[in-house]
This record gives sequence, C-alpha cells and structure tokens, in this order.
Amino acid sequence: MEEKLQAIVQALKEKFEAQVEEFRDEVHLLLAPEHLITALTDLRDRHGFEMLVTVTAVDYWPQTKPRFHVVYQLRSFSKNLVLSLRVPVDGDEPTLPTATGLYANANWREREVWDMFGIRFEGHPDLRRILMPKDWEGHPLRKDYPLGYEEPQFTFNFDEIDLSKPRARK
Amino acid sequence: MPQFKEANLEVNLDEIKHLVSERAIKGETMLLNMGPQHPSTHGVLRLLLELDGETIVNCIPDIGFLHTGIEKNMEAKSYQKAEVMTDRLDYLNTVGNNLAYCLAVEKLVDLDVPPRAQAIRVILTELQRIASHLVWLGTSALDVAAMSVFLYCFREREMILDIFELCSGQRMMTTYFRPGGLWRDVPVEFEDAVRRFIDYFPKRVDQYEALLTRNPLFLDRTMGIGKLTTEQALQYGVTGPPLRATGLAWDLRKVRPYSGYEQYDFDIPTRTEGDVYARYLVRVQEMRESLKIVRQALEKLPYGPVRSNNRKYVPPPRSEIGVDMEALIHHFKLWTEGFHAPKGAVYAAVESPRGELGVYLESDGGTKPYRVHWRTPSFDNLQVLPLLAKGHLVADLVAIIGSVDIVLGDVDR
Repeated sequence: MEEKLQAIVQALKEKFEAQVEEFRDEVHLLLAPEHLITALTDLRDRHGFEMLVTVTAVDYWPQTKPRFHVVYQLRSFSKNLVLSLRVPVDGDEPTLPTATGLYANANWREREVWDMFGIRFEGHPDLRRILMPKDWEGHPLRKDYPLGYEEPQFTFNFDEIDLSKPRARK
Repeated sequence: MPQFKEANLEVNLDEIKHLVSERAIKGETMLLNMGPQHPSTHGVLRLLLELDGETIVNCIPDIGFLHTGIEKNMEAKSYQKAEVMTDRLDYLNTVGNNLAYCLAVEKLVDLDVPPRAQAIRVILTELQRIASHLVWLGTSALDVAAMSVFLYCFREREMILDIFELCSGQRMMTTYFRPGGLWRDVPVEFEDAVRRFIDYFPKRVDQYEALLTRNPLFLDRTMGIGKLTTEQALQYGVTGPPLRATGLAWDLRKVRPYSGYEQYDFDIPTRTEGDVYARYLVRVQEMRESLKIVRQALEKLPYGPVRSNNRKYVPPPRSEIGVDMEALIHHFKLWTEGFHAPKGAVYAAVESPRGELGVYLESDGGTKPYRVHWRTPSFDNLQVLPLLAKGHLVADLVAIIGSVDIVLGDVDR
C-alpha cells in the first residue's frame, strides 16, 4: 500500500470500524451501510478524493447476508490515489442512501445500479431505469436472472414466434 | 412461448415532471424530442429538450437504445472468450478496450507481458487514438457544416485501419491483444506501414488545422459555447479531453503509467477555456503527441517473444503442440475449460481517446469472470451535457454533443 494511502485508510478504519482488504496493491475498504455517507463526505472533503469514478454492485446470490456488495471507486487528483469502498447490503430489495449530494455523477451511476441490480437509493432525485426500457421486469445483472436467448424462427414454429412480436407486426 | 404484453412506450409528462421547469407544465415552453434518429446525435441518443423559443431551458438525455448486455454476457464466458465482446463496446477504440481488459486480467492473475508486446500495444493504441480523433474531427466538423474535413479525415483513418488489418486480419474488431501479450507477432510489413503513416500524417494535421483553426465560421460556432470549469468536470466525473480543455493536465498515461508509457516522452496538451473550441484544440494537439509516441516506440521496438511464457494462462505456440505432450495438454485445457483466476477484485484503468476507461473485474476463483463492470468515459461525459447545453441554442447543442465525443456503444454497453 502506498504511504499516502496508508494514513487515510488507518483514519477511516478507526473511525468507521472498516475492514481493510488488499489485493494486487489495491485497497478495498468494507464499510457498514450506515457509515457510507459520512465516509464519502470525509474522503471528499478531508482526504482529497475529488472524483467518484464509478459505482457498481456485485451479486452474491444465493447468499443473502450480504447478498450484494455495492462498490464505490474513488480517485484523488491532488494525491494521485485510488480507493474502493465496498458496502455490503442484505436481502432481495436492499436500500442505500444516495451519494448524489456529494458527487453529481452518482446520479446516473446509481440509476444504473438500480436498473441492473434493483438496489434502491434513498433520496435519489430521479431514480428511473436508465439502460433498460421503462416497462422492463426484473433486474438483469442479478445472478438469479437468466441470460436468456431468442428462439430462431423456422417454418415449423414461425407462427408461434410471430405471435409474440406484436410490435414488429404493427 | 410467453406472450409479451403490449408495452406503453409513450412518454407522459408525469414521469419527467421533476426534470422540467414549471413553465413546461403550464405549456409556456415546448418539449421537443431530438433523436434517437438524428444524424448529429452520433448514434442512438435521444434528448428531450425543453425549449423557450430556440433557447434550451432543460435537456434530458435518454440513453439505453444500444444496450447490448455485454456485462451480463461476459459473465457466461471464459476469460479468453469474453474478450471478443470488449471490441464492441466503444467501436472507435477497439484495441483500447482490449488493452483495458487485458490489463485487468493480467493484474488479476499476475501475468507478465514481454517488452515487445508492450511496445506493439502502445503503437496500436496510439494509432487507434488518432483514428478515433479523426472520426471525431470529421463528424463534429460536419455537424457545424464543414463537409470537406470529414472526407479528408476518413481518408487518413483508412490508412490506420489498413495497419490493423495487416496485424490482425480485421479493420475494426481486432481482438489482437490477448491476456499475456498479443495474438501473434506483427508481420514484416508492419514497421514500413507505420513509418509511412507517421511520415505522411503530420502534413495532414496541418491541413485540417488550416481548414478549421482560424476559420471564422468555425470560430463563431465553437468559441464560448458549452463552457465547463475544472470543478464541474471533477464533480461530474468528466475525464479525457473535456477535462484537459478546462486546464487540468490529467492523463493516466502520465500519472499512472501502464504498458511502459513511462519510457516515452510526450506532453499533455491543455487549454483553460473549457469550451467547444478548447476541446477541439486539445484533441488536434493530442494527435500530434500520439504520433510522437508511435515514432519513439517504433524506433526502439525490441525483439523477442510477444506472449508470456506462463503456460497456465497463455496458450502455447502452434509449433509446440505437435511435438510436446505438455503443450498439447495446456492447449486443450485453456481452450476448453479456460484458466482459474484467483479470488479477488481488481480495477484497471487506461486513458482511452474519450477519458478514463476502467474495468472492474471480480473473480470467484472459477474460469469465468464473476462480475465485469466497464467504467466507460462516455457515460460520465454525457451526463454533463444538460449543464453544458443550458441557455444555448439548439444549433449549439449539436456542436456541444460533437465536442464531448460520445460513442453510444460506450455509453450503453
């Protein structure tokens, strides 16, 4: 771990009882959901992490406690550091507080996580689906969501498949 | 066979009430759709515009028309096979996507890359950067009605695509970089072809600049339009040329070098104005800098292998398979089951022509990636569009979209 990062990680670890994991010189901080916003505020205002690079999630289904890890990747321009925060959340319909008040680009990133994983962000100003159509059911990047395929249309099943395409026939 | 229910795809005002002003609800301003089939949205981007006369009051981007589920699909394929999809994300920066993915896999399994492979990677990525900037220059100049630049740019881009075809057999979807090195060594004609290009191209950049940089019509359309400050850029996660056009010299090739970029001498072009014209100047200068890198890399192109010797992750060469039992076993294992990556998560980022392209790769110890997330620069750069467009005319919005340089395949993934 880089020296500059060491001090920051130590401070966060003590303040939020965070777990530190290191893998291939990258630091992952595991935080409880209730500390998320204070930790992000601290990182932005006191430790110089000016940019939220990305927000994403990982589904550990069929495990339920925690089912998801929400990953916040942060970058400091002044100190040239990267850090990732991981927040475990339980259950099938989890919620987390939104980071849109701290980082403006959290808006679309959180919408994407909601769309793909079904994790709700409390207080988000515009939590609509972003990549999938608005009437889509389910959240595609969950592990219990099948990959799916389209059945090829041959002569023997032409009519049957054609029936399922009302929009194409219009 | 399930019967799909009839979808309601009409937009109603209730859903977007919180995004438009009070006046739109009273009917004083007009809501207008721009796209998804509009030539200057550079793909399938839909913008819902709230207009007061011709002035933009609010701009609401609607994306997802090109969503291809690549992240989900990659979870179902082995590490080597998943790479083929990475080309399709940002189709103007195909080798750059390969590079980001390969770096992530190499970091995950701790794999070495021989120096020759690294140098060839740098040459091709920089050529790709020039090709991508050429498409941007051509199309965004076309947006502000400069037709001839478009034709010149595509002529030169074709030379670069020919070099790709020479190496990989493909003009665009190359999948030439593989975890641990390259698919195979470059052919003998490669060095001559690249040298021909780098001798020919500087004059061409001068020609584009002669057409645009001091062209009063172009200046009128671009100067002072779509201004962005460094603070706003950081707030919105904007990276790449739009960030450098605000005055911050931030380039991952310099600040966190990968693939041996630390060996090459090049500058980071910056401007302080942060408008459409500044982004134009930064990108044109970047083409020259890329050329400098290509020249240096070509001069000291080392000889040697182009693939790692670590047989647990990299397939053996064809010549060994016929004579070596162990090589045959490795070949069989790698192309049927794939390799097991250790459990863990890595994030690898490269500087793509559009900004920070990052790959978050998580492994559960199996042969397929457990989760791949693409941090694509266009996604965040597009998000700042409402801020840039506010208060400008619709015609300026066209110039602004062009200057942000989005690729919808990169936005929607």
